[in-house]
Amino acid sequence: MNTTPEIHRDDLASKTGMWFFLFTEMLLFGGLFIVYSIYRFRNAEAFHLAAHELNVAIGTINTIILLVSSTTIAMSITAIQKKNKKLALIFLGTTILLGLAFLVNKYFEWGEHLKEHIYPGSAVLALRGQGDVLFYGLYFFMTGLHALHIIIGLVFIGVITAMIYRDKITSDNFVLLENSGLYWHLVDLIWIFLFPLFYLIT
Amino acid sequence: MDLPLPPVLSHYLNLTIIMENEKNHIIPYRTFLYVLALLITLTLTSVAITQIYLGTLTVVLALVIAAVKSSFVLRIFMHLKFEQKMFSIAVIAVVLILCVVIIITFLDYLYR
Amino acid sequence: MNTKTGIVEPSFLEHKGKYKGLFSWIFSTDHKRIALLYLFSILTFFAVGATLGLLMKFELIAPGKTIMTPQAYNAFFTLHGIVMIFAVVIPGLPAVFGNFMLPIMIGAKDVAFPRINLLSWYLYVTGVSLVLISQFTGQGPPDTGWTFYAPYSFRTTGNMLPAVFGAFVLGFSSILTGLNFLVTMHRMRAPGMTWLKMPLFPWTLYATGWVQLLATPIIGITLLMIVAERTLHIGFFDPTLGGDPLLYQHLFWTYSHPAVYIMILPAMGAISEIITTFSHKTIFGYKFMVVSAMAIAFVGYFVWGHHMFTSGMSGTALYTFSLLTFLVAIPSAIKVFNWISTMHQGSLDLQTPFYWAIAFIFVFMIGGFSGLILGSLAANVHLHNTHFVVAHFHFIVFGGTGFAFFGAMHYWYPKITGKMYDTRWANIGLVLFFIGFITLYGPMFYLGFKGMPRRYYDYDEVFHAGNIISTMGSWVLYSGLAIIIINLFASLKSRSKAPSDPWGGKTLEWTVPSPPPVENFDEIPVVTKGPYDYK
Repeated sequence: MNTTPEIHRDDLASKTGMWFFLFTEMLLFGGLFIVYSIYRFRNAEAFHLAAHELNVAIGTINTIILLVSSTTIAMSITAIQKKNKKLALIFLGTTILLGLAFLVNKYFEWGEHLKEHIYPGSAVLALRGQGDVLFYGLYFFMTGLHALHIIIGLVFIGVITAMIYRDKITSDNFVLLENSGLYWHLVDLIWIFLFPLFYLIT
Repeated sequence: MDLPLPPVLSHYLNLTIIMENEKNHIIPYRTFLYVLALLITLTLTSVAITQIYLGTLTVVLALVIAAVKSSFVLRIFMHLKFEQKMFSIAVIAVVLILCVVIIITFLDYLYR
Repeated sequence: MNTKTGIVEPSFLEHKGKYKGLFSWIFSTDHKRIALLYLFSILTFFAVGATLGLLMKFELIAPGKTIMTPQAYNAFFTLHGIVMIFAVVIPGLPAVFGNFMLPIMIGAKDVAFPRINLLSWYLYVTGVSLVLISQFTGQGPPDTGWTFYAPYSFRTTGNMLPAVFGAFVLGFSSILTGLNFLVTMHRMRAPGMTWLKMPLFPWTLYATGWVQLLATPIIGITLLMIVAERTLHIGFFDPTLGGDPLLYQHLFWTYSHPAVYIMILPAMGAISEIITTFSHKTIFGYKFMVVSAMAIAFVGYFVWGHHMFTSGMSGTALYTFSLLTFLVAIPSAIKVFNWISTMHQGSLDLQTPFYWAIAFIFVFMIGGFSGLILGSLAANVHLHNTHFVVAHFHFIVFGGTGFAFFGAMHYWYPKITGKMYDTRWANIGLVLFFIGFITLYGPMFYLGFKGMPRRYYDYDEVFHAGNIISTMGSWVLYSGLAIIIINLFASLKSRSKAPSDPWGGKTLEWTVPSPPPVENFDEIPVVTKGPYDYK
């Protein structure tokens, strides 16, 4: 056996692994985009009308929330690189708060629909016609899956924040922070497409 | 990345070189804020545009704007502009494959 | 022996780490131990799937009921398919031989993410457990076929949820393995090993890795949609709610066709290794072999509709998919030509692995040609859902991946175990297996052509003779299989000791001891020559 222990760290491998994982997420949501595109094509009018029932204001605010949160997590990397631990923690904390705000908005948005008994499988929805069933089915499924990824992302960022606080991530060793940023940006990217496809096709 | 290390050198190294090609590249805070401003502007533009009825052009425009926003997120926030070209090529390839799958699926639904 | 210190290092089998006994295996992040964990699991589930097949064939030995009810038959072929596809053939070569050999063949000490590698195995075991649980809980085992077609898959009272979720978890395992291998090859090749000096088995694992990465998520999301149909009545595939069952088929096959390339590409890579070694000659057309592997992976993405020719797709879709299906056959044909050309004027060493390789080429070609027949639209109308299809995919998947798996088992057996298997019994097993294989699946081409449907519990008397022959073939196959497996296990107790390079192979795994030490190499080699440097 070698007597001198080898300290091997390959940050590029770590980042490459994260990018490859992002590709799987892109294809996962991609499958839903396939379904969306087909059913929108077949039910153009119904989708167009149903989109009117979504709250563009909340949707826009949520879009901007995620864009800002992407900015803050990107800036946290700059902060760490500049050895500014406190600023990095502030940026990450902001990112988490913004993510939570997104979820709260979603909760109220969904609540509105549930109050009207609009949800997958509901009798009210079935009565409204097949186009509406598909629109709302896709709406709940896609924004639901997206919200699940927000939660996963927040947990990931939370763990990273704790690691920075305990100096396990520093200006010499921050690939995990970069990777959490990449994941968060992906969540933002998906929403960048979900937003117009559900809220703006009026 | 593919340079062969002389055996002598690898034998005595006990710290593997951290292979980061942009170890010291730091993006200024300002850059991120400019990009954010641009992204918000594009978002508000897309909301405004889609209030006007333009038929199928509405969807197309909304998606084009989304694509532009995405390219900024990918290139600046996700650092693709400063990484090895291979990453950008891979991202484009994945998107293209998805697009081709959608197009081929439409060959069924369009012509039924 | 470590040339620096003069100490004989223990092999990875004897290595004493943090844990003892069973835990030293199930908590190990050593790619070699993980490979063997997979081997043990996969052989177990293969035995389950093969026994199911044996019983199905016994049911079919005569029309009418033989040993089981029609509902039981549906459950049998469903489980047979799920186990064989998701638990045996898709993980198969990558999880066992990819895990064991890839790092060594590229001169690395392990894969890029050893702990994720172990997680892949945990996910594998979890996924298969969920599938098996579906058999014994709920209102009866799944009866939809492994393809879970809508709308039956969300209307049946069979216990779909654990099975579907189990398949989802298995998909995740596959994704992580592919991801691991891709990063390993990108970052951990030995100094001097450029991409075009990498051997062909790693290259096929590379092409496979991209398919695992980019295709598997599609079935992941499709399975989640089935769950949503069953639990929430979401309506994506329910015609009464506006959904299109055909869209399910599109989504399902968009993964499941590339999946067959996950199955066959590593098999082709292993065959390339075996043929070069036992021809004592470098591979003919190395670059074409590399490009054809990538081409199969790429074009294979766009042919899925050939599983749906009679489903009601548009004419445009029909001929597009047929054309693409013919195109994807070309790179496979290139490989066959190159294997034959490699053997031509080589110095042939007729060993068991080489026999498996030749048998592979024979059955793979039959399977491939029958695929072209099925890819022709007019013929497909007649042959779809008949036993012709069953013959086709058994020739090409069992014949292809299966034969390559057994060839690889014998080829790398000395390296993995440090022993030699009993050649006589290995060859007897192979011959018996081969005869059984042809007898079992050959008649199915004829039966299908004559119109015998697949997944049918019963059949017309006119198909009886062919079925008798086929079922007897299954007995011969099964006994051949038993001899092969028993021989490999029994040989573990032999006193033979395999050298580092029993076959005269030139790739890096033959430069390390048999079995290899934990870290594979004393020193990472510096590569200066191509992978098959025979002179």
